[in-house]
Order: sequence, then structure tokens, then C-alpha cells
Amino acid sequence: MNEDNYLNAGFSLRSWFFTTDHKRIAILYFASLIFFFFVGGAAATAIRIELATPQADLVSSDMYNRLFTMHGIIMVWFFLIPSIPNTLGNFMVPLMIGARDLAFPRLNLLSWYLFMLGGGVTLFAILAGGVDTGWTFYTPFSTLYSNSYVTVAVTGVFVSGFSSILTGLNFIVTIHRLRAPGLTWYRLPLFIWSLYATSVILVLATPVLAMTLVLIAVERLLGVGIFDPRIGGDPLLFQHLFWFYSHPAVYIMILPGMGVINELVSCFSRKAVFGYKFVAWASLAIAAIGFLVWGHHMFVAGQSLLASLVFSFMSFIVAVPSAIKVFNWTATLHKGSIHFDAPMLYALAFIGLFTIGGLTGLFLACLAFDVHATDTYFVVAHFHYIMVGGMVTAYFGGLHYWWPKITGRLYSEYWARTAAVLIFFGFNLTFFPQFVLGAEGMPRRYHVYPPEFQVWNVLSSGGAVILAVAYLMPMFYLGYSLFFGRRAPANPWNAPGLEWQTPSPPPEYNFDTQPVVTRPPYQYSPDFEAEPQNA
Amino acid sequence: MPEAKAFASQFVSSQHRDETAELGMWVFIATEVLLFGGLILGYFVYRHAYPAAFAAASRHTDIVIGAANTAILLTSSFLVACAVDAFSAETRKICVALLSGAIVLGLTFVVLKSIEYSDEYREHLIPGIDFNFDAALTNGAQLFFVFYFVATALHALHMLVGVALLAVLATLTYRLPSSRHRAALHSGALYWHFVDVVWIFLFALIYLPGRSS
Amino acid sequence: MWRDWVPFWHPGVSPHGEEVDLLFAGLLLASALVLGLLFFLLALFCVRYRASNTIDRGHRVRKSWHWEVGWTAASFVGFLGLFVWGAGIYFQIYQTPSDELSVFVVARQWMWKVQHNGGQSEINALHIPVDRPIRVVMASQDVIHSFFIPALRLKHDVVPGRYQDIEITAHVPGHYHLFCAEYCGTEHSGMTGEIVVMEAADYAAWLAQQMPSSPLAQEGGALFRELGCSGCHGHGSKVRAPPLEGLYGRPVPLADGSFVTADEKYIRDSILLPRSQIVASYEPVMPSFEGKVSEDQLLRLVVYIKSLGGHSS
Repeated sequence: MNEDNYLNAGFSLRSWFFTTDHKRIAILYFASLIFFFFVGGAAATAIRIELATPQADLVSSDMYNRLFTMHGIIMVWFFLIPSIPNTLGNFMVPLMIGARDLAFPRLNLLSWYLFMLGGGVTLFAILAGGVDTGWTFYTPFSTLYSNSYVTVAVTGVFVSGFSSILTGLNFIVTIHRLRAPGLTWYRLPLFIWSLYATSVILVLATPVLAMTLVLIAVERLLGVGIFDPRIGGDPLLFQHLFWFYSHPAVYIMILPGMGVINELVSCFSRKAVFGYKFVAWASLAIAAIGFLVWGHHMFVAGQSLLASLVFSFMSFIVAVPSAIKVFNWTATLHKGSIHFDAPMLYALAFIGLFTIGGLTGLFLACLAFDVHATDTYFVVAHFHYIMVGGMVTAYFGGLHYWWPKITGRLYSEYWARTAAVLIFFGFNLTFFPQFVLGAEGMPRRYHVYPPEFQVWNVLSSGGAVILAVAYLMPMFYLGYSLFFGRRAPANPWNAPGLEWQTPSPPPEYNFDTQPVVTRPPYQYSPDFEAEPQNA
Repeated sequence: MPEAKAFASQFVSSQHRDETAELGMWVFIATEVLLFGGLILGYFVYRHAYPAAFAAASRHTDIVIGAANTAILLTSSFLVACAVDAFSAETRKICVALLSGAIVLGLTFVVLKSIEYSDEYREHLIPGIDFNFDAALTNGAQLFFVFYFVATALHALHMLVGVALLAVLATLTYRLPSSRHRAALHSGALYWHFVDVVWIFLFALIYLPGRSS
Repeated sequence: MWRDWVPFWHPGVSPHGEEVDLLFAGLLLASALVLGLLFFLLALFCVRYRASNTIDRGHRVRKSWHWEVGWTAASFVGFLGLFVWGAGIYFQIYQTPSDELSVFVVARQWMWKVQHNGGQSEINALHIPVDRPIRVVMASQDVIHSFFIPALRLKHDVVPGRYQDIEITAHVPGHYHLFCAEYCGTEHSGMTGEIVVMEAADYAAWLAQQMPSSPLAQEGGALFRELGCSGCHGHGSKVRAPPLEGLYGRPVPLADGSFVTADEKYIRDSILLPRSQIVASYEPVMPSFEGKVSEDQLLRLVVYIKSLGGHSS
């Protein structure tokens, strides 16, 4: 182990809470996100227990509404959106491009404080009495009818939005300006490309959400506002503005996951990613077209048929670059030398689950079927396949892949593989039945439901138990490895990326000498030199 | 680590640092454009739906103050541009004087804006608190005034941030003009011009609709 | 019928229901093919090229563009086909309803209130005759609701501040779920009801057996006098107001030179926001009834004005 690294550069609280080291800030984010993940997960658990029977038995309707709202708000804004960018991205971007830090280290720290402030305000809203609007805050319910802490929650999300913007800004500038000598755009790892695309969305979409949330707060405070149907305001305008942010936000949540998968698939196939340029540009295409599809959330809301037609078409178009990526990952395996270490298991799980999520997305982009399926469990299942099956799985994959670099320790490969397999099965058992429920017409956000839906709900709740256990497992074996794991070498996967060319954990300023890049990325040697790991 | 370098370790030179900072400001301005963009989109939707009410409501705004404020902001932007141009060790006093002028003008803008607000309060034009308008057009007019107050308040907030920024830059310039401060002044000026441009859009959207014919 | 053979499949019973089901089946089949191919390749590569397998890995594909163009084009064409298929049925679902038989639905937290033309009203239930297109005119008293009948493969949001009309037809008599699909507050999941599809004779008997207070139009007429509308719009009034006889369905010339068709939406808007669309050659003197009449009363007024004779009938 490298004796002079960022972890032992200082031990005081001050050296953590006032650090400008991107690696330490990534750790701060990581600790915060674990907390929010369990808060959101606890709400999900309560929801699934309640839905095991058709009647209301565990919680009241008001409580149930608060639970799913809390689950949505916490998971979307305080887990999924910051997940990979602010932890793995924050840690890895400078390392992967051969820089000593992000361009604006103090903004990076400010971003974490804003995130915590926003999270704190939102948690206060939840503890003070909760919010019952759903994470979508649809007007006029949120502005004129809800008797819950909407304004406080909206403030929390608003503040955390600035944290997103600062992170996006920092990444864009860093990737433009701080690349190592010789590291041209087409030599960048694809993870960097995908984070760049993500950052563009963060910077351009988040302010629209901020504005929309301000308008909600104004309408609640004044008792009248621009979405108020009593004065001729249009509640659909709110939906347009909200989804103008929130649909691209879906790509904020999945693009970094796709980026991680590139790294994993090529490393564990010992082969360069097939069709590098297509995959790179597919990320940017998704980011760009992703801004033009928001109306597909409103096919039954009363927008014009022509608008629906255009948005449906664009939604099919945006699926093309995603399809390109899936095909390229598969082609990468061809004639590779495939190793099934834990990160690769997560990557394979991602490809399967993401493809199911993507294909069912096409069902929903299809106008006539969406009329039936929107606002049902079909939608719930679809986006959980993308966000949990996709993003969270990729997050775990990336975390395992870079864990030796981040902590300087090796985890137990046996337990890591077990957890990966368990997550895959638990996930499918939880969410696949929800496709059936949706197709049969069970609306989402239902606290009580007709008894004929019970069978599928019980299956789903059973799967959720397995999934909860599987998600808890890494806490233990990764936590164990922190203290008792074997020391990690600088390059346990024998990977060519710049982040592996410096000791594990990296020194405070990442590289002792400025790296110079002379080769394209992913130049893997066919042999996989890493020793079997058993902690 | 070599101690006391003039620039942070992630940069290779002070010029590299300055160019990076300027790119950061441009990206920030992009995000700000979208912030106002969402609001202005809402404005156009309703102006299209309620043209008569928007024209009538617009006639109730104070074009004298509005026009004066536009002139004030344009002048202040001119002063800031001159200050950027005048930035050097020898001319730092001129530079500080120009920046102070811009700060005074910025504060004048905010004062005039608050006078306008209090006039509107007296004329019962504040939706949700005290609103009284020609009954036939009251709905559209309320939509207009909600937009008006949100947009101008948000803009005024940007003005105050800008004034604070200019004050810091003026102090720095007075104390020690260095290349680092030149870059900071450059970025600060970009921000100030951006806030100015936003106002020109708002001016056209708020004060002109009912008066163009 | 293929749908009867698929487990858990409850066939759609509306005219477009079968097409939506076919579309769904098509999507499932296409997905199964893509997934099958993908999983087959993944499994094949994972087994064949596992690290411990010493197999020839030479001659790797390097020039990749024709593969890229191939699968990009294939996805695009496939998606385009699905888009056209789905869009065609969508237009059929939301076609302009015929005006043969209308019912009015007022949604509010947390119930569906249904008004039949004859004055029969019901709560959280809608009785309709089989195989007859029904025009459902919907309004919301408070927040956004969504009128969702899974068995008819039909759903539409009910947004406050506007009328929304859709056409429903059911081919098979029976009881079907009615759900509110747009989250609307505390008892959202209790905002359910049933659609009862009956044979024509049963339906007629049901209508007769309900005890209507009085037909909707008659109640609307009473309101019309009560609210003072007749003071201006009635015969022999001193105030010059547009006559309402024969108004429904006719194009109305507006002060700004344009024309608007006098449908329910127009009549509703004219009561609530009389000065937004001023009839040519009339003074804008009518006060707004915004906040003075409920959605229930509004629809009675609208039905009354419709009953004064119209272009279409």
C-alpha cells in the first residue's frame, strides 16, 4: 500500500469537511448517498409490505402517499442523480484524464454542502409531517390542495439542484481544459464521454426545474399563480416545464451507468470497446435528443394529438443510440477473453436489465399502448428496470471495480459474486410481476387495490425482501474489507487506464509526475494478470 | 509539492487557470439562460392565450422607470467594459472609479425597481395579496403580474449578486492588480453583461406589449 | 380468438381494444426476439470466449462501421414501424366523438359523479348500453384526475378548467373497473368505480327504474332563471345579449373577426370568462360566473343551452 496517500494526508475533521481534494469530496458524497439510499429504501420496504395485501393494513392512505412521495424524492434527487457522477465521477474524472484535481475544487466542496443543505431541508419536510404530492409535484394538487410540507420540500430540491449544476459545470470545464498531454477526445475513456454528456444535461436542464419549483412555491405562498386553473392558468404548462427537466434527468440517471459498463465490459473481456466512436457519440446523441422527448409523459393529459405524434416519434429516435450501445457491448465480448469477476457480473446484469427496461420503454413510446399503460405499474416496472436494474447495478459494478483504487483494499470476491447474483434475481422477482400488474391495469400510487391483483403484488413484495438483503450485503463485505481486506496493488485488474497508473489509494495530488498519453484507450493485454482474491 | 505557487496544482500555468475560469463562467451563463428561458416560455404561452389582458396589464407598468432602468443598466455595462479595458497597474484608480460608477448605477436600478414595486402595491396590482383590475381582464392580468414579479424579483436578485461581485472586484483591483484579478474581472464583467442582456429581454416583454400600437 | 389462449390476458372489449391487444402482442413478440437474440449472443460469447477456454481469438473484427450502420438502421426501421402502428390506433382511440348519446362526468376528490341526459345520476358507476358509442364529457372540480377503464384500453386525464370528451364503446356486457389513474390526493386509490355494460333493453329498463329528479336540461333551465341569465338572454329583455336559441353547433362570429364553433367548451368558457371571446356586434357587458357556479351546475346550464335547439339536430 502506498504510504503517502490521500486517506492519510490528514485525520482531523477539518481535513475532511474543508477538503478541496476531489477524492475526499467523493468519499463525503459516498457516505451521504449511502444514508439517503437507506432512507429511500426504507420507504420502499414499507410500501412493498403494505401492498402485500389488497386492503390497507400497515399505514393510512395519507401515510402511504407520504411514503411513496418520500421514496421518489429521496431516490431521484438525493440518490440516483448524484450517485455515479458525484461519487465515482468525482473520484475518477481527474484520475482518468491525468489531472491533479477538478478545475474548481472549492466549487466542488460547495456542491457537497449545497447537497447536504438541500437534503437536510428535504428531510426536515419529511420529518415535520411529510409531503404527499408524489415526486412529480403535479399542479394544482401540489399548489392549491395539498396540506403538506410542499414548499419546504420544494426548497430542498431547489437547493440540491444547484449542487447538480455546480458538479456539471465542474466536469464540463475539467474535461475541456485539464486533460493530460496527448489525451485527445478520442483517447478519452468512454466513462468520461458519458459523464460529459451527463454534465451537459445537468447544466441545461436543472435550471428549468429550479424555475418551475420557484413558481410552485410562489403559487403556494400567494394562493394564486401561473398554473392556477381558476384564473385561466394551465396545469399542463407545469407538466411541460417539469418534464422538460425530468425526462432529461432520466438520462442523467442512466448515462453515467452506461459509461461505467464500457469500462467493465472492456476490462473483463480484455478487449477495446467495439465501435468506440459510435458509443461515444451515442452518449451525446442521447443527451441532445433527450431534450426533445418530454411530451411522452403527457400522451393522455390532453396535449394536442400532433404534439403526441412528434414526441412519440422522438422517443423512438432516442432509443436508437441506446440500442447502439447494447449491440456494441455485446460485440465487445466477441473474441474477448472473458473473466467473470464481480464487476463483470454486475455489467452483464446491467446489459440484461437495461435492455428489458429499454424495450418496455418502446412499449410506452408507442402511443396506443401508452394510453392503456401510462400511470399503471407498467410504467413503474419500466423505470425501475432502467434506474435500479440499470443505474444502481452499474453503480455497484463501478464501485466494485474501483474499490481497490479508492480504498486500497481488496474485497471478498466470493461474497461480491453472491451479492451480484442475488441482486439480479431479487430485482427481477420484484419488478417483473409489476409489468403484468400494469398490463392488467393496476394504477400506480394505489394504496388499496382490487383483490385480483394480489398474487402479483405478493410476488413483488417477496422479491423486494431478497433485493433488500442483497443490497445490504455489500455494506458488510465492503465494510469488512476496509479494515481486514488485503492491500490492493496499484493495478489489480491489469488495466491500461490512467487511474491505474498511480498507486492505490492515490496520493493527494493523484500523480507524482504528469502522465503523458500516447495510445488510444482500452489497450488491454489478452492476459488477465490479477491474482484470485480471497480476503 | 512546491510551496506558494501562483496557481493551483491542477493547472499548468496562470494563463491556463484564467482561461479555465472564463470557460466556467460561460457554462454558468448557459445554465442561467435556461433558468430565465423556462420562465419566458411560460410568459409566451399565456401571452398567446390572453393577448388583450397582457396588453392591458402591460399598460399598467411604469414605462418611465422601466426605460430609465434600461438606460442605467446599459450605461453600467459600458462602464464595466471600460474598466476591463483600463485594467493595469498604472490605471487601477480609473478602473476602480469605473467599477464604482457601475456599482452606483446598479444600486440605483434596484432602488428604482423597489419604487416601482411600491407604486404597483398602491395600484392594487399584486396577485394573491391585493389585486384589483378591470374585471373582464383580471385573469390574464393576474397571470401577467405573477410573471412580472417573479421575473423582475429574480433579476433584481441577480443584480444584487452582481453588485456584490463588482464590489469585491473593485476592492481587489484597488489593492493589488494582478493577472489573476484581470481574469476575475473578465469573468465578473461577463456576468454583469449577462444580467444586463436579461433585462433587455424583460423590458421588451414587460413594458412594450400594450404600447406598440 | 388468440387472446383467449394466453394466460392472464383479459381481452380488451372496446372497438380498438383488439388492436391495442394485437399491438401489445406484437411488441412482446418483437421484444422477445430481440432479447432472445441478445441473451443468446451474450451466453454464447460468455461460454465460448471465457478466459479459461483456449480458442482461436485471431482475426478480430476491426473495421466496425458496417456493423454499426447495420444495427443502427435495423433498430431505426423497426422503431419506425412500431411508431406508425401505435400512432394509427392512437388516432382511432381519440377520434372526435359522435354526439349521439352523451353522459357527463364530474370528477372531484375522491369520486366520479355521472349525470345522464335524462337526469339520472350515479356515483362511482357508469351504466352504458352495449355496442353503442357513448360520448363522455368530463370536467374536474378540483385537481387533475384520470378516467381509466382498463378493459376498454382507454384512459384520459381530466384537467380542471376545461372539458374533455372521449368516446367509449363496449362490445361485451359485464362489469368493468373504473380507476382514477392520476394521483389526486389522500383517497386516490378509493376513487374507483365500475362500468356496467348492459344489453339495450336492460339499459332502458335501468334508466326507467332510476328515479330522475328531472331531466338535466330542465334543471338547467331553472338555474338559467335563478342565476339571472334570462334577464339578458331571455326574450323581451332590455339588455342586448346574443340569443341562445339554435346556438349549439353553429359557428359564432367574434369581435376580432374570427369564428368559433359553439360547442360545450365554448359555452362553458363563455359563462366563466365571458369577455375572452366576444360575439361580434355585442357589447361585453356579461359578468363572469367564475366561482359562482359549480361544475355540476355548469353542465346543467350547458345542457339547457344545448336543448334550445342546435345546428346538429
